[in-house]
Amino acid sequence: MAKEVAILGVGMHPWGKWGKNFVEYGLKACNDALDDAGLAWKDIEVVAGAETVRNGYAGYVAGATFAEALGWSGARVSTSYAACASGAQAINNARAMILADMADVILVVGADTTPKGFLAPNAGERWTDPDWLRFRLMGCTNPTYFALYARRRMDLYGATEADFAAVKVKNARHGMANPNARYHKEFTQEQVLNSPMVADPLRLLEICATSDGAAAVIVSSMEYARKMNVDPIKIRAVSTVTPVYPQSTIEMPYFSTDSAAVVPAPMMEFKESIAHAAYEEAGLGPEDMSLAEVYDLSSALELDWCENVGLCKKGDAEKLLRDGETTLGGRIPVNPSGGLACFGEAVPAQALAQVCELTWQLRGQAGGRQVEGAKAGITANLGLFGHGSSVICSI
Amino acid sequence: MSESKIAPSIEGWYTCGESPHLIGTRCKRCSSYFFPKQEVFCRNPGCRSTEFDEIELSRKGKIWSYTEHFYAPPEPYIFSEPFEPYIIAAVELEEEKMIILGQMAQGVLSQDLTTGLEVELVVEKLYEQDGTDYTVWKWKPAEN
Repeated sequence: MAKEVAILGVGMHPWGKWGKNFVEYGLKACNDALDDAGLAWKDIEVVAGAETVRNGYAGYVAGATFAEALGWSGARVSTSYAACASGAQAINNARAMILADMADVILVVGADTTPKGFLAPNAGERWTDPDWLRFRLMGCTNPTYFALYARRRMDLYGATEADFAAVKVKNARHGMANPNARYHKEFTQEQVLNSPMVADPLRLLEICATSDGAAAVIVSSMEYARKMNVDPIKIRAVSTVTPVYPQSTIEMPYFSTDSAAVVPAPMMEFKESIAHAAYEEAGLGPEDMSLAEVYDLSSALELDWCENVGLCKKGDAEKLLRDGETTLGGRIPVNPSGGLACFGEAVPAQALAQVCELTWQLRGQAGGRQVEGAKAGITANLGLFGHGSSVICSI
Repeated sequence: MSESKIAPSIEGWYTCGESPHLIGTRCKRCSSYFFPKQEVFCRNPGCRSTEFDEIELSRKGKIWSYTEHFYAPPEPYIFSEPFEPYIIAAVELEEEKMIILGQMAQGVLSQDLTTGLEVELVVEKLYEQDGTDYTVWKWKPAEN
C-alpha cells in the first residue's frame, strides 16, 4: 500500500469555448485552489504542470508558465505530458516529491484552449507517426475507435443504441447541477437518438466535444495538513501504468494491435489493468467505492469503463445502467459531475477535473449532484500511446 | 484523355496485383509478427533481437468490429468533394493473432457487414492528387 498524501485545495475554471488564452483559465483554477486551501501563492514549493500541445511553447512548459503567471517565486517546476492522462502524471510527480520528502506542498495545474471540431494531429508530414498516418491512410478519427468498441458491445453483450443514449441522458442530468460544466441541458433518449450519426452506432450527442477549461489541485504531506489543522481528503493511489505486451485490444492512435501469436495476450486488458493497479496500491476494492468518474469520450465507452474499474462483470454494464445503479441515488453513481458528456474534453485539465470532483463529493460539497455519504471514489482515464490514469481518493 | 497514374499512398506497406498482401515483419529470434513493419528492435519484452524477415501477412481475416463515418475527417486525410461516407473495419487475422484497421472497399454497405464476417485484402484508390491516383489497402467481403 502506498503512503497517503493530502488534498488541501481544488479549483476549476468552467469548461466552455471562451476564446481566451489557456493561462487565464489556469490562473483562475490556481487561485481558487489556493483560496480553497487557505494558502498563499508564496506557500507553494513546487508547481507541477500538465502540458498542452496546442498552445505553443507556453503550453510545452506549463509548470513554468503558471509559476511565471502567478509571479516568479523561486518555486521548483515540473511539466508532464501523457495526452489525456497528463493530469494524473502531474499529480503523481507531486505525490512522489512529497513522499520523497522533497517538498511539503505542491500546486498541480492543467489548462487548455482547444480548436473546434475533431481533434486532429499537429500540422506537418510525419510518415512514421501512427497518429498522423491513421488520418492520412484511412481517415481514422477518435470517434472511429469509440464506435468500434460500441459496435462490439452491441454484438457481444446485446447493448442497444437506446442504452448508449441512456448514458448521455443520465450524464446530462447529472451535469445540470455542476456550475463548472459546459453544457447545462437535459436530453431525452429520443433527442439523443435523433441527433446526427457521426460514426455508426454513435451519434453527435454521444461523442464528447473539445473544450477550454482548467483544473488545479493542491497536494501536501499528511504532516503539513495536520499542522494546518485540517482533516483532508486523501489520495490513496495514483495508477500511471502502461500496457503489457502483447496489447491485443485496438487502441488509439494505432491501426493494428500487437500480435498474440507468440506471446499470449495478458489476462487483463489494458483498461482493466489501470484500475487494478490503483486498487492494489490503495488496498481498496471496487466494493469500497461510493462513486466513479470515468472517461466517457463516448456514451458507450462509459459502459466499458464501468466494467474495467470493476463495478460489474464484463457484459453487465448495460444491466447496471438499466437498473439505475450508475445514476445519482443508485448504488454506484458514475460521472456525477456530468462527465465528458457535459464538459467536453480539455485534455491536460481533464484528469485533474476528475480529482476535483472526487474531492467535492467526498467533502460533501457537491450540492445538487452530491452522492450521499460518499467515502471513497475512483477516477479512470487513458492517454494516447499507452498512458494509464486512475486516482483513488477517500475521506 | 491521359490515363491517370497510380501510386501507393505509402511505400512498402502492401503488395499489389490480383491477391495483395500487407507487408509485415517477423522477428528472426522469437517469431513475433509486426505490422507496420518493425525492423530495428523487437517489441516482445523477452526478446532483444534486431533481425527481422519481411513477410506477407494473411490476406483474409474476420471482422472484429466496424463503423461507418458520416463526417469528413480533418487533415491530413485527403478526399474529393463531395465527401462520401466511408466504413472502417477492424479485422482479426487468425494466424498472426492481430487486429488491423482499414477502410472497407468502395461500394460495400454497412448493412451487409457483421462481426465475424470473412473479409479479404484489396488495394484501391484512396484519393487523387495532381493526376495521380494514390492507393491504399482496404477490406472487402471475401469471395468464396
